[in-house]
Amino acid sequence: MSRLPAGQRHAIQFSLNGKPSTGEAEPRMLLTDFLRHQIGATGTHVGCEHGVCGACTVEIDGKLSRACLTLAVQVDGCAVRTIEGLAPAAGRLGILQAAFKRNHALQCGFCTAGILMSLDNFLRESPDPSEHEIRDLLTGHLCRCTGYTPIVRAAMEAAAEMADDASKEKSDA
Amino acid sequence: MKPAAFDYVRAEHLDEVLEVLGREGGDARIIAGGQSLMPMLNMRLAKPKTLIDIMRLGELARIERKGGNVTIGAGVRQATLLAWPELGEALPLAAMALPWTGHAQTRSRGTICGSIAHADPSAELPLVLCALGGEVHLRNSKLRRCVPAQDFFAGMMATTRADDELIEAVSFPADQSRCAFREVARRHGDFAIVACAVVATRDGVRLAVGGVADMPMVREFPRLESSALGDALNTFAYELDARDDVHASARYRRDLVRLIGADLMREVMP
Repeated sequence: MSRLPAGQRHAIQFSLNGKPSTGEAEPRMLLTDFLRHQIGATGTHVGCEHGVCGACTVEIDGKLSRACLTLAVQVDGCAVRTIEGLAPAAGRLGILQAAFKRNHALQCGFCTAGILMSLDNFLRESPDPSEHEIRDLLTGHLCRCTGYTPIVRAAMEAAAEMADDASKEKSDA
Repeated sequence: MKPAAFDYVRAEHLDEVLEVLGREGGDARIIAGGQSLMPMLNMRLAKPKTLIDIMRLGELARIERKGGNVTIGAGVRQATLLAWPELGEALPLAAMALPWTGHAQTRSRGTICGSIAHADPSAELPLVLCALGGEVHLRNSKLRRCVPAQDFFAGMMATTRADDELIEAVSFPADQSRCAFREVARRHGDFAIVACAVVATRDGVRLAVGGVADMPMVREFPRLESSALGDALNTFAYELDARDDVHASARYRRDLVRLIGADLMREVMP
């Protein structure tokens, strides 16, 4: 058992987008604030801070998580993936990100980081989704700009493109 | 919107959890998936002095099917139960209600027992536990006890758990009889304005209603003609003592109880 006293900072070791990372946090520090203020990874946005809006959605050990409902000390030893890990290289967009751009699936972009994390995780597990499944997943996010229609379109396009890529890889092999 | 300061205890063994709970009682809170507790901490509706994290205890993360019961440990996440291959056959009512519990992004962390412990009157899992007549397994450092669902919930976010007790598991009777579930909410995954669960019994049906009273309410109905059934449902709807709030009026809630209740009863009792 380890007891981390209140009011003191404790070392946290974790991996961020595949790279080892360390920081310090008091027990009460939220993962959102830890990522943004201690680590400097400001791609994860902070909206409602009670788990409703979905802007802060990240992956912890491969599972979607609200960073605002997670304590920094809880990710000690875990693999955290954030929006900064989505692009294949600096200055290049992934398939999902490019589909968002093409379809005007974002305007102000505040909710986008969380939505991309959810869709990226979901499309890996469900490569051939129905529109209903995409809409069901999106109930976990609030977007006040787009009306969701372009987001759904972008997600469906990205899924089709990823499936296409996967079948090409198979025929190449 | 930041939690007040607390000590964080990362437990490795059950004994440690019970020891800290026994010593600190009401000043300590268990954190599992955190999907109910963290909003309470962020809004400072709860200010515990100590948080005890139980998610590293493998022994609590089990789903066991034994003697007609499905027992779900305190570490089992909602997404894990939803993906359990036997769910549809063993607990069809839970299979229907779980997709309404939060969103994919919260079910991936939130636990079954955590939702029961939180005892939100509009949450689906307490409703399912009451509808099926399940039990809550409590334990302190000295003894264990088993409390029927109906005696566990005591009011709005209130339960009969003592301060030094851990919810070790909850158990649901594995039930193959006919059942049905329906919910009305502002947005799929939000808390229910009204949620109803119906289970066929030997002589009729059992109806459980969430989102209206301070806790899930259960009533047994015998087989009745439709006009008599309408009257009985109306009486039940009024007894739930619905209140107006920003989401819906009391009258609308009663209407939903009558309509959904009758619909679901027809579904399970053709």
